[in-house]
Amino acid sequence: MVARSPSLDRVEHLAEHLPLSLAELPLHQPARVLAVGGDRAFRRRLLELGLLPGTTVTVRNVAPLGDPLELELRGGRLSIRRAEAQRIQVER
Amino acid sequence: MTLGPGAVATPDGRAGAACHDLGQWVARRPGTPLVALIGNPNTGKTLLFNRLTGQNARVGNYPGVTVERRIGRGTLPGVGAVDILDVPGSYSLSARSAEEQVAIRSVLGWGTQAPDAVVLVVDANQLLRNLYLALQVRELGLPCVVAVNMIDEVHGAPPDMERLSALLCAPCVAVSARTRQGLDALSQAIEQALDHRPAAPPRIAYPAAVEADIQALQPLVHAAWQVEGHRARALALWALTSLDDEDELADIPPELRQAVADRHAAGRDLDQEIIGARYAFLDQQVGGLAGAPPRRTLTERLDAVLLHPVWGFAVFLGLMLVVFQALFSGADPFIGLIEGLVEAVAGLALAVLPGGLLTDLLVEGVIGGVGNVIVFLPQILLLFLFIGVLEDSGYMARAAYLMDRIMKAIGLHGRAFVPMLSGYACAVPAVMATRTMERQRDRLLTMMVVPLMSCSARLPVYTLVIAALFPPTRLFGALPLQGLMMTAMYLFSTAIALIAAAVLGRTVLKGRRVPLILELPPIRLPSPQSVLRLMWSRSKLFLTEAGTVILACTIALWALLSFPKLPEPGPQATEPEVAAWQAASLEHSMAGRLGKAIEPAIAPLGFDWKIGVGLIGAFAAREVFVSTMGLVYGVGEEVDEESTPLRERMRAEVRPDGSPRYTPLVGLSLMAFIALAAQCMSTLAAVKRETGGYRWPAFLFVYMTSLAWVVSLAIYQGGRLLGF
Repeated sequence: MVARSPSLDRVEHLAEHLPLSLAELPLHQPARVLAVGGDRAFRRRLLELGLLPGTTVTVRNVAPLGDPLELELRGGRLSIRRAEAQRIQVER
Repeated sequence: MTLGPGAVATPDGRAGAACHDLGQWVARRPGTPLVALIGNPNTGKTLLFNRLTGQNARVGNYPGVTVERRIGRGTLPGVGAVDILDVPGSYSLSARSAEEQVAIRSVLGWGTQAPDAVVLVVDANQLLRNLYLALQVRELGLPCVVAVNMIDEVHGAPPDMERLSALLCAPCVAVSARTRQGLDALSQAIEQALDHRPAAPPRIAYPAAVEADIQALQPLVHAAWQVEGHRARALALWALTSLDDEDELADIPPELRQAVADRHAAGRDLDQEIIGARYAFLDQQVGGLAGAPPRRTLTERLDAVLLHPVWGFAVFLGLMLVVFQALFSGADPFIGLIEGLVEAVAGLALAVLPGGLLTDLLVEGVIGGVGNVIVFLPQILLLFLFIGVLEDSGYMARAAYLMDRIMKAIGLHGRAFVPMLSGYACAVPAVMATRTMERQRDRLLTMMVVPLMSCSARLPVYTLVIAALFPPTRLFGALPLQGLMMTAMYLFSTAIALIAAAVLGRTVLKGRRVPLILELPPIRLPSPQSVLRLMWSRSKLFLTEAGTVILACTIALWALLSFPKLPEPGPQATEPEVAAWQAASLEHSMAGRLGKAIEPAIAPLGFDWKIGVGLIGAFAAREVFVSTMGLVYGVGEEVDEESTPLRERMRAEVRPDGSPRYTPLVGLSLMAFIALAAQCMSTLAAVKRETGGYRWPAFLFVYMTSLAWVVSLAIYQGGRLLGF
């Protein structure tokens, strides 16, 4: 077994904390919202539903055909489509 | 958890504790008080509405939009009679479309009666998100009561109502509409809200820049709506989050619009600043009260199956098969019963009343018309039984979740599946079923394509044409040609409906793309009372509103087909003589003349005036085409699609040049026309009822009939070019 180089660990550590879109977030992994993007009306609706920067969000479930995604946030749940989830930046 | 930019906590940790006491006593307005019930979708608002009102909801539309406005009269202890308005489920008061504007219009009474008190329905299991709307309503300074619903489903300690009341400066009552828990306390709170001036709203700490905007906008808001104080402040905030250069809101003064636009142009993120401050308040003040996320052990176990890639679709298809089967054949015995009853009444009337015009009008127009209306009841009741159970149990949201990917590709809402499927049985209940979608655009698009699905009334016409014009041979020695033709007609209509949805969704109904927000509520046992009430209210609406149109159309059609009259044959006339007289009368009638008048338009499709008369008669219901053809060809009215004389007569019919009138090509063209034309007054009446005007039924009629004409033309002329 080869000893892992410290730099590889560092890369992995960085990769794990790089911002990613909510659509890329693995299931059941809590993440923090960094920014919510998208068309104003829908963005406003998401903000109003509590999906604000700083909120902790988890992807609970993905529909069998890959869309929509069911999210858990602020003790409640809601489902949105992948296309919209791609506009939401999160970090683990 | 960090907060949105600029969000600051209120200076005093327990803001609003002082506003817990009742405000000053005020005299009520004379007349029956109006209480508006408002809340997020899926908060059990409609069940609470049902609990508070009797069986007598008045249903209408909000002016200008096809959003249903339901008001019911209830009696509350200590208050007496109260009118309760069920405001459509909304997440927020801010709005972009006229449809979303209904929420703020309802609570403030813009263009309608202002409520004397507002009851905010929130789900105790989703407290934070639901209180966002409550906070907006509180900011407006309206007298309000917060009904913390579904308290029976909370795991662990329920939220502390005392503290919640203090934070929102409004009485909060724990209730369960399902178990009726807390309804008396809610009545008391409503009574107090009606009799006291509302407490000042909780003070939310907005960023300094937003405070400056509020100050700047208040004079404009005052000029626009003559409001001051809290309400002017709240409306300034409403304008800041709602207005932009693309909104579709009515009655907004241009100066106010400009003031908001200037701030957006300056690069401000008003939405995040304002919404962030509200959530900062909720997180700090209410966060501790909300408790843990609900445990949904049973729901999660069921969802493992219902949302499974294989079992989920298997359950879905199984359920849809049951719905389809029930509508397609399960309703048949009841329809037969109603038809038999109507016939018996008509026979009785004929036997008792003296012959003559009035009796004819009564029997064929009125009794026939009433029959044409009530014949839809079995399918409507059955469909709404299923819809009620599927909605109330929480399954419908799951079906939409499963099917969203597929339906999105066509441009339809996930929930459009049930109406589309019901369309194979009958477009009338299917059009009514579009109510399960929240957005007007989704409902309209579904309503515009559902009538293209091949309904059961088209079946007799296909059967007649296929049996008369296509030989019972087998293709390649195995496949029955006639059966294949029938299957092809169903595939054809489905394909056209899906194409129409894709085209209309990108053209006529190209609304702003509104992204989907779906909630999967916990799975529950449906409440029989809610389901029965849904079945009853939908049937009543159909009978009173669509029914009157159908009755009027039946009488008009009867007149078209009967006048002017030819002298009747004597009582000794033989059966063939009577049939010949019937055929001559029909030709002589307005419908006959109309058939001849439209002949130039339908001749390129391969049709003559006789088929034209059949198509006019089919307007009552497509299957009437068969009996009208029986009359036209003098083989009597008592024919059905299986009747040999009619088939023989059709095969024997010749053109002026001696060639047969009905070739297989004419049959194809005719079936395509029947499949695509808006040949059904009842569907048009149902669309009129659902959209609240004649605009959409007129569009439906014009587009479907044009489509039918073009497709039939292409089939007939194309076929002739190819030498058929």
